Amino acid sequence: MSDGPATLVATTARPSRIVSVICEVLSRPSGFIGLFLVIAHVLLALFSPIFAPFDFKAMNANAILSPPDATHWLGTDQLGRDILTRTIMGGRQAILVTAIATPLAVAWGGLLGIYLGLAGGRLDDILMRVVDAFLALPWILKMLLMIVTFGTGVSVLIPTLAFFYGIPVIRIARAATQNIVARDFVLAARARGHSRVSIMRKELFGNVLDALMVEGAMRWSWMLLAFTSLSFLGFGVSPPTPDWGLMIADSRNFMAIAPWPAFAPVIALSSLIIGINLTADALAKALGIDRAQAAVH
Amino acid sequence: MLRIFIHRLLLGIATVAIVSGIIFAAVEALPGDACTAILQRDASGERLANCRRELGIDRPALTRYVEWASGAVRGDLGISAHNNKPIASLVGDRLKNTLLLAGCSLALGIPLALFLGVLTGLRRDKLSDLALSTIAIFAMTIPEFVTATVLIFVFGIWLGWVPGIVTASASSSLSAFFPGIVLPVIVLTMVMTAHIMRTVRSSVIDVMSSDYVQMATLKGVPYWQIVFRHALPNALLPAINVIALTVGWLLGGVVVVEKVFNYPGLGHYMIDSISDRDLPVVQAIALIVATAYVGVNLAADLLAMAFNPRLRTLKARSP
Repeated sequence: MSDGPATLVATTARPSRIVSVICEVLSRPSGFIGLFLVIAHVLLALFSPIFAPFDFKAMNANAILSPPDATHWLGTDQLGRDILTRTIMGGRQAILVTAIATPLAVAWGGLLGIYLGLAGGRLDDILMRVVDAFLALPWILKMLLMIVTFGTGVSVLIPTLAFFYGIPVIRIARAATQNIVARDFVLAARARGHSRVSIMRKELFGNVLDALMVEGAMRWSWMLLAFTSLSFLGFGVSPPTPDWGLMIADSRNFMAIAPWPAFAPVIALSSLIIGINLTADALAKALGIDRAQAAVH
Repeated sequence: MLRIFIHRLLLGIATVAIVSGIIFAAVEALPGDACTAILQRDASGERLANCRRELGIDRPALTRYVEWASGAVRGDLGISAHNNKPIASLVGDRLKNTLLLAGCSLALGIPLALFLGVLTGLRRDKLSDLALSTIAIFAMTIPEFVTATVLIFVFGIWLGWVPGIVTASASSSLSAFFPGIVLPVIVLTMVMTAHIMRTVRSSVIDVMSSDYVQMATLKGVPYWQIVFRHALPNALLPAINVIALTVGWLLGGVVVVEKVFNYPGLGHYMIDSISDRDLPVVQAIALIVATAYVGVNLAADLLAMAFNPRLRTLKARSP
């Protein structure tokens, strides 16, 4: 499925290498803009409650759907709540959930994938069938089934996203591992009589890590898509918590008379996702990985 | 060739069987069953027990799974808990509508994606490639509901060219879906085109930098003859599998798009059924979608094998 990393690192990642990769990402225009957008969004999510101009749930009956003006820079929504406040705080839930779920997904999918790529055999055959079966269900169906069973909320969404979005990672890590296992330095380690765990730790991690890092960035973007889509459908964040997906869903009923409530969340959500993808693209180029193959989410 | 065909077919059937098990188990784990949905507030004590006996859901899960699965194979998907109608006919209308939506998007998207993929592949790293590839990343990663909302605002409200919402009902004739179907088709086409285009682009780049294309160039074969006679037949092979994957994505992607545009299709019906706790319908739709996905991918694998003899060994895995 994959050609694996084009460049091989003989040892595990060292700090100097991390610095050089970051520098290379930043030296590309896409990487610079992307990383800037991502960092700006994360900082905004962390600190927006401090400098938000209004209370996010304060309603104002005298300013319902009022257009942008000096008090409400981006106008107000159908309940008279300040859109600027709700927009800068609207990404907090999405970023919190996906920023925790992404590393979890990459970690468990990556470890299992590396193990299966290394071990092969019957277990590999059976588990890859199960993986295929899970991938045959559309993401939204899987998510909705879990939500109906366990309810919504952060404590359900984080493990659910981490579980389902780790499954495609198994395939990526397995393919990347199989690519490397056949090379000489792993054969040498086997011949020296190293155990499977020790081979995993010493020889494979550094090399598969590159593929996993790019995959992780992609997963993050797919998870944001899933999380905000669920919010939009009414299965994610519950009101009055500000959330971009929910704000866009609310704004649609009044779009013919008052389109401005939709603009800010659309731009905020798009800019974060664009930022992540520009970063992922620059990262993939810096590490020499072909990311065109990652298609399913 | 026949052996491989049978092998692949059996693998596909095994996948569908595992999926049906997962679906059945997931729905089984949901709180509430068909009887609590039918009786609603009266669901307690004697009446609940009677209803469960009547519908046979007091029997062990394994027995019911076998019954459900063998019924599904014969085309009997059970009875909707919501209105007591056979699911096969309820789902049939919506399936037809979703196929119309998906068909229009594929008819528009596949040629467009192949064209753009070849174009960007041949003009690698030129301005047109960078622009189109960047747009493609955005098209496939920005959520469908965002794209849809922007399009509804621009073309439905601001310019007023097409309706922003579909008003046809599930059993309307196909002509009733025009022109409301235009915007949903555009949203689906954008995402789909982006996925296929990126794969075609990288495979065109691979082939154009291969030894045999270089050889042809050195021999003095005209550029366009190299592209059409030597490169494209090989470069377009991976597109078959990506198109299959994209069709699979389409089956899930339509859920959000159908909901946004109020389109009476399978995805919209599934969300409604989940809200109504109409579990037999949820099971049926999930099974249909998964079977379609596996079927399309199987067809793509076989098609790819037909074109590429190197894949015709049992060991070879599809890309």
